[in-house]
Amino acid sequence: MTATADKKADDVAQPPVPTVTLTIDDVQVSVPKGTLVIRAAEELGIQIPRFCDHPLLEPVGACRQCLVEVATPDRDGNVRPMPKPQASCTLEATPGMVVRTAHTSPVADKAQAGVMELLLMNHPLDCPVCDKGGECPLQNQSISNGAPDTRFIDVKRVFEKPISVSTEILLDRERCVLCQRCTRFSDEIAGDAFIALQKRGAQQQIGRFDVDVLGFAEAGLTPAESTVGEATTTPDGAPFASYFSGNTIQICPVGALTNASYRFRARPFDLVSTPGIAEHDSSGAAIRVDHRRGTVMRRLAGDDPAVNEEWITDKDRFAFHWQTAPDRLTSPLVREDGVLRPASWVEALELAAEGLAAAKERGGVGVLPGGRLTLEDATAWSRFARTVLGTDDVDQRARVHSEEEREFLAHAVAGTGIGVTFGDLEKAPTVLLAGLEAEEEGGYLFLRLRKAVRKNGLRVLGLAPFASRGLQRLHGALLPAAPGMEGEWLGAVVLKATGGLLPADLAPAEAAAITEAAEALAQPGAVILVGERLAGAAGAYAAALRLAQATGARLAWVPRRAGERGGVEAGLLPGLLPGGRPITDAAARADVARAWGVDEASLPAGPGRDLTGILRALDTGTLGGAIVGGLELADLPDPAAARAALDKAGFLVSLEVRASEVTELADVVFPVAPPAERSGAYVSWEGRVRAFGQALESAALPDHRVLHALAAQAGVDLGAGDPFTAHRAPGALPAWAGERVAAPEATSVTPPTVEAGTAVLASWHLLLDDGALQDGEPHLAGTAKQPVARLSAATAAAVDVFDGDLVTVSTDRGSITVPARVTSMVDHVVWLPLASQGSRVHDQLGAAPGDVVRIQAGSTDAQGGAA
Amino acid sequence: MTTLTPVLTDTWDKERSWSLDTYLAAADGYTGLRKALTMPQGDIVAAVKDSGLRGRGGAGFPTGLKWSFLPPDDGKPRYLVVNADESEPGTCKDIPLIMASPHHLVEGVAITSVAINCHHAFIYVRGEVVHVYRRLLQAVQEAYDAGYLGKNVLGTGFDLEVTVHAGAGAYICGEETALLDSLEGLRGQPRLKPPFPAVEGLYARPTVVNNVESIASVPSIVRNGVDWFKSMGTERSTGMGLFSLSGHVTRPGQYEAPLGITLRELLDMAGGMREGHQIKFWTPGGSSTPMFSDKHLDIPLDYESVGAAKSMLGTRALQIFDETTCVVRATSRWMDFYAHESCGKCTPCREGTYWLKQVLRRIEDGGGVDADIDLMVDLCDNILGRAFCALGDGATSPVTSSIELFRDEYQAHIDNHGCPFDPVRSALFEYTPKAGALAGSAGGH
Repeated sequence: MTATADKKADDVAQPPVPTVTLTIDDVQVSVPKGTLVIRAAEELGIQIPRFCDHPLLEPVGACRQCLVEVATPDRDGNVRPMPKPQASCTLEATPGMVVRTAHTSPVADKAQAGVMELLLMNHPLDCPVCDKGGECPLQNQSISNGAPDTRFIDVKRVFEKPISVSTEILLDRERCVLCQRCTRFSDEIAGDAFIALQKRGAQQQIGRFDVDVLGFAEAGLTPAESTVGEATTTPDGAPFASYFSGNTIQICPVGALTNASYRFRARPFDLVSTPGIAEHDSSGAAIRVDHRRGTVMRRLAGDDPAVNEEWITDKDRFAFHWQTAPDRLTSPLVREDGVLRPASWVEALELAAEGLAAAKERGGVGVLPGGRLTLEDATAWSRFARTVLGTDDVDQRARVHSEEEREFLAHAVAGTGIGVTFGDLEKAPTVLLAGLEAEEEGGYLFLRLRKAVRKNGLRVLGLAPFASRGLQRLHGALLPAAPGMEGEWLGAVVLKATGGLLPADLAPAEAAAITEAAEALAQPGAVILVGERLAGAAGAYAAALRLAQATGARLAWVPRRAGERGGVEAGLLPGLLPGGRPITDAAARADVARAWGVDEASLPAGPGRDLTGILRALDTGTLGGAIVGGLELADLPDPAAARAALDKAGFLVSLEVRASEVTELADVVFPVAPPAERSGAYVSWEGRVRAFGQALESAALPDHRVLHALAAQAGVDLGAGDPFTAHRAPGALPAWAGERVAAPEATSVTPPTVEAGTAVLASWHLLLDDGALQDGEPHLAGTAKQPVARLSAATAAAVDVFDGDLVTVSTDRGSITVPARVTSMVDHVVWLPLASQGSRVHDQLGAAPGDVVRIQAGSTDAQGGAA
Repeated sequence: MTTLTPVLTDTWDKERSWSLDTYLAAADGYTGLRKALTMPQGDIVAAVKDSGLRGRGGAGFPTGLKWSFLPPDDGKPRYLVVNADESEPGTCKDIPLIMASPHHLVEGVAITSVAINCHHAFIYVRGEVVHVYRRLLQAVQEAYDAGYLGKNVLGTGFDLEVTVHAGAGAYICGEETALLDSLEGLRGQPRLKPPFPAVEGLYARPTVVNNVESIASVPSIVRNGVDWFKSMGTERSTGMGLFSLSGHVTRPGQYEAPLGITLRELLDMAGGMREGHQIKFWTPGGSSTPMFSDKHLDIPLDYESVGAAKSMLGTRALQIFDETTCVVRATSRWMDFYAHESCGKCTPCREGTYWLKQVLRRIEDGGGVDADIDLMVDLCDNILGRAFCALGDGATSPVTSSIELFRDEYQAHIDNHGCPFDPVRSALFEYTPKAGALAGSAGGH
């Protein structure tokens, strides 16, 4: 397993924790004060059966399976037995306590056997067809602690089965032992209180929650946003809509909760498990890949207390079918007479090498590796670009980007190692989320923030146009900023923090929020998390840096994609060599040349083009060709321009897992291995290297091996010919100690003019959207949020739109029509999901957040107007 | 010979006994409150402590001691919650009391609030008894209008709001922590203790939860003094209590008598068993207290003596059954109640009552097997003390005690494949048993 010790934790002197000493089954043990008896027993290796108990959930004491006999010393020190057996999952260890479990106490033994019999009484005997059979705590513990036969000859309780709690989660109520782990997870961990206990006695069951019942909405709890897929109707309530619902399946101690796509597909004892790291976001969540005869059957959360504890997102858990989608590339392809045909590796490598060499001669080759690479791949791409292609025209960012962002990453992120950690967030007094939706863009990150909020009173501030449901569940305070104006906001906080005077005409509420933010961030341990959205806001990164400096808060960059931090480390940005080395620095270049065994003079010396620059140069023919990694053209800020540019590219090489738009334009296509079929390491946003092994045997090659072979054609040794060499390669260029790229300069920005019928576009990715890495999993897609356009009541009223009406957002390029959701948010702003089904903002509108777009009521069809 | 000691019931026969006028005129109404408002708070608590008043809701915990468990006043809210969720089979004292003379309770609430410095008290009334809820609302309104409640009580500067809340019909909400959850608008299920309500109760603030009769007894203690109260009852079970006689007695009803009175004495007052019949079994304090038989008629009905006889004084709900009653049938109906009212939170109570209900029904219906009796005893052993709260414990009492006293009768049901009793004979009203009423009763509720 990839459990990682938190290095930071060792550095900080821990205050001594008072301990208590007790005796369990005649063995003495000392445990920290406050430890539950059931955990103290675990310390000794004494297993007490349990169902409702879960170390990451609050104790509830509902199942009564963990009963033990307990005696405690009275005031005079005489050890007196408690009259009744006690639930060890709710009882804190006290000094001198004497505990007897079923191993040494006939009373505890009978109590446990009695509860087990009662649990099994109404439980169906369907283990042979139950998904949980073979890994079921009820099955296992009934064997270890139960009777071989039942005395129950009466009528079992039955329910109609199963209920679709969502398109993803099915519930067989008759299997449920009502331990409440799922409802407690939903309530405590995810904060999605969509399932709850209903009815009572033997009819008590898990059911969906009705937001209209008992003032649920008035209590300040926001209802689920409606999902794409419908769940069948239970007596009442909304569907179970949560990005974390899959965790309830994993912690269900019986087979009551199952996954629609895994149900009846495999037996646990036929599965081979390989530890892995999730490829969907930058959290670096540990997962377990379960496969059978070369096919991944499911993925589970791994156990890594320092990173993702035991939780992952539904995307991490369920979105893996993309790796084996029907459009998976299986052999190299070369273009002949305008048509792609399969080719041998030898032929394809030769053609690609020749074509790239020619393109290099014709003006150079642009390198667009995409943001999903492992560190090994990123290193190979970086080295390939700088040595084989001799270019610095390399940019991994397949999204809105800016020169300011590049400077920020090179200055403050690259080569800085592990900075802020999940553990730091848990202890932080304040976290400012600047241009970052923790739940939508950070995945597991959201759960750790929520834990900190619940357990340690973390104060979350969100700099965004509206308080998303995620921010609300963090009990966060919104710093309302129109898209593009984040820099101004942060600048005002800097001003306040440095003792400056805020403008007199500032609204009092805004001034108060700024003052509060400045004070909150000045507390020791405060953290600023910046997201990729700030790339669209001029001056925002510069202001964030100044804010960190002014307040002493620590700063961390949380990219959305799994490979971006690793790419920054490897130098997949123009002007940036591995380890944070500025390309303009001769000593840095010398370092790199030494490590790569090349002549220093052969390395490019000046900063190259970024993504937009590369595409423009391809369009004008300034660049002779391009080599492209796994990127979706629709994700780029201007997909139409990208299509045109790549179409015009003199020579185009593509490395991809699955056929894409780039494949259609490429001259040579190399198939590469998806995560399950290779080993590698992602670098999480923390800066933590998250290595994973290869789950499946495969002939597919990772990017670094393809590039190594391609480099060999040009007579260059890329040092990435096998996984071990490739994994060690980044170590040759440790973090740069010399002068770094300068911090971005502060820039001021003027708010755009918003005329009647227009609004400023706000947008970000939802966790579950139209992304290619979620393909092939319709059950997961059903739990995605319905795309809606959010606008304030005033903005909606100005265009005569009511909540639920269709609203059309358009530009000269095109339009998007979705239902309007009137939201408490900044006026003159309209929000759309960036890349959801029916709302591909870049592609359909050719616009990016911060741009002014037109809004009108109804659909364009209905009004006969074309956009 | 013990005699009746009507205190709470003293004015029940007066014209419009429930009205404030009657309470003021005939029962020295609100003189206790006037007195309490002149006393230091500690003295009121001390008086209740010294009186030996024990909780009248069943458990018999000393009331004054409970009040003294509250942490020191930190100036933030602390609450009094009165448990009027009277739902136990056989128990019928609080509801008649509120019906006949609600101001005893309202005055008790006011005095207790003064004693513990609470400014918002709640009375949680069982939801099904709408007439009682209305009468209590009326009484509280009268008290507000007369200045006994609300802002500036009787001009002393003491503020007290009283909220009467109707439950939604769940026996479990008589369990104090489930009651608090229900009162907060949550699902009524018992809470994990600790923290106890005295420390974190309603809205996580220090809270005293007391039974109606306990609180209603407070004014008389303040008015008449500790010695007066202690002159009634036994040394450790002081004072008077309502004894609710029901079943096969000539004159069922409320008998307010000193604790320690015997059922034989009470039966004499009630005109004895119904004509021509003898007592067979009875509960000393509701269905959750192990039953007694004709051998227990002279046990003093106080906490200690009943406890020594392996039952509990409970709520002094004396359900009396004569020889025409089938004990299996009675126990089966009680178990129906517990299975229906089990909240479902913990396994032993939820599943155990579901199982016991079916076994009892089966035995009564002639489908019993020899192993059933021992099975039930063993199941009860697996529920008693294993359940989350006392509901599960209470559910086992009628089963274990009836098997202990009438095992032969159970065996006879099994041996003869059915019930040897004619239910019509035990009925106190015109009754025709439905044919096959038991068939198919297994699964549902």
